[in-house]
Amino acid sequence: MAPGHHPVHVARTVWPHSIIPLGDRALTIAVTGAAGVSSRAIVRCLTAQVQADVPAGLTAVVPAIESLTLHYDPLRVSFGALRDYMATALDTLVITDDASRAPVVIPVCYGGEFGPDLDDVAAAHQTSAESIVMAHTAGLYTVAMIGFLPGFPYLDGLAAELHTPRRSTPRTAVPAGSVGIGGSSTGVYPYTSPGGWHIIGRTPRALFSPTRAHPALLQAGDRVQFTAISPSTLRALLEHA
Amino acid sequence: MTITVRQAGIQTTVQDLGRPGWQHAGVPVGGAMDLQAHRIANLLVGNGADAAALECALGGFAVQFATPALVALTGRDITASLDGTPVIAWRPFRVERGALLAIHGGCRTTIAIAGGIDVPIVLDARGTSLRAGFGGWHGRALRRDDVLPFGTPSHLGDRIIAHLVEERLTFARWGAGPGLVPAYSAAPRVRAIAGPELTQLDPASRALLLSDSFRIAPDSDRMGYRLAGHALSLTNPREMLSSGVTAGTIQLPPGGAPIVLMADRQTTGGYPRLGDVISADLPLLAQLRPGDTVRFALSTLEEAQACWRQVERDLATAQAALHLRFAAGTDGAR
Repeated sequence: MAPGHHPVHVARTVWPHSIIPLGDRALTIAVTGAAGVSSRAIVRCLTAQVQADVPAGLTAVVPAIESLTLHYDPLRVSFGALRDYMATALDTLVITDDASRAPVVIPVCYGGEFGPDLDDVAAAHQTSAESIVMAHTAGLYTVAMIGFLPGFPYLDGLAAELHTPRRSTPRTAVPAGSVGIGGSSTGVYPYTSPGGWHIIGRTPRALFSPTRAHPALLQAGDRVQFTAISPSTLRALLEHA
Repeated sequence: MTITVRQAGIQTTVQDLGRPGWQHAGVPVGGAMDLQAHRIANLLVGNGADAAALECALGGFAVQFATPALVALTGRDITASLDGTPVIAWRPFRVERGALLAIHGGCRTTIAIAGGIDVPIVLDARGTSLRAGFGGWHGRALRRDDVLPFGTPSHLGDRIIAHLVEERLTFARWGAGPGLVPAYSAAPRVRAIAGPELTQLDPASRALLLSDSFRIAPDSDRMGYRLAGHALSLTNPREMLSSGVTAGTIQLPPGGAPIVLMADRQTTGGYPRLGDVISADLPLLAQLRPGDTVRFALSTLEEAQACWRQVERDLATAQAALHLRFAAGTDGAR
């Protein structure tokens, strides 16, 4: 168990779940929250439990928002054995609270050339750009999953007053490091890619770098906070990156 | 020991068996589209299955060898030449210094060179991650004048070269037998295991999916094949949360045209999952061109895994036979 994780639930609750084959070399276990524990917390703890003791024959452990997918080599382990393993893992699951874990702080230069949609988002909510930035930096977000692109975080926790429908016309190229809002989600584009979210700022931090020991800056379950920096700070940090 | 790209073709990339172990970080698995073709090509030149090879889409690719090499081509409908002489696919052949190997046509041709393409291992693999821009040759498709290094042949590779030299052959008289080559076709029927949302298709759509042909749309690529022909619809469409996907997952986006996920797929997807093409039939799909057609049939997990075990057994048998003939045997045994 990582430091800062406190077991808050050790009872043998039966977590409602289903385990189904995903083709002939993967399976997906979908869970539903129960007894005051969210499905996200169950997935987070189940992932940690499997990663701490990876059964032979597993080739990947891929957490999503309310499910966990295990990829396996069918010559080394059977679907039935893995299904039984997962059922037991759920049965003995220790739910930990990670609220005391320090959040990853992501510096963002909001507005201007780096956040071309900040004023539009403010106008959509009939407020000022400053109050949008305040609300966005006040939030404490949780990485629900990593997907779409290497290192791309799906973040939970965007304040309701910041929910904004996606742009009617997606951009063909959103620069890497762009921070966006799309519907009830907020996130950071690790790579320059097409995108339909409103771009409110840019971070100099690389969300993914294949040459780092930990290529992805964030992983599922991490807490995230945004902090505002000036354009000159952003430029300085980008130059040193 | 190097090769120089003389004609880049449509899209030629360095590929291997992919990097499944980084999916939790959102890294696409990648690797060869047709893993069978990749593994057999490597076997024919004495490489391990995980050696890096070139994957050439369609044709128009040519490469010149600065040093002699042992090479094999695998894939569907390959037309290729070595200094103008037609190349027989699925057999190893010797390439002399300065020779030009040209791939005129094909689907996804694996070009394996004894010793493997010598590029750095990034996140456990040598394959190209095109979207993230790393792995392979500088994270991109090959361009004209790229000079790629390749490694030293294995003991088995050396013995195959010695045998061809001794017999004064350019092309081996043997190769992968018909039992080893997937039953490629321009209109294959592939089997799929039912996905969780298959039952949510309306009855007419379900009947269409499991009986009619779908055409591979022109905007298909290494990420996925878009299927044209029939728009399918769900009885009760609802929003879904993203969850894990795999090679061969058949997704149904709101437009109603299914997508089959291929090698460079994202690690997760949020569209209804109609089914997953079985591993043994993925090579048939990998070797389709835009305009080719495909039909689907339902399979079971048991059937799928039995087929896969057979594929692995056949490959292991071929590998053992090759080792017995060239690597393990002494001259007295021949």
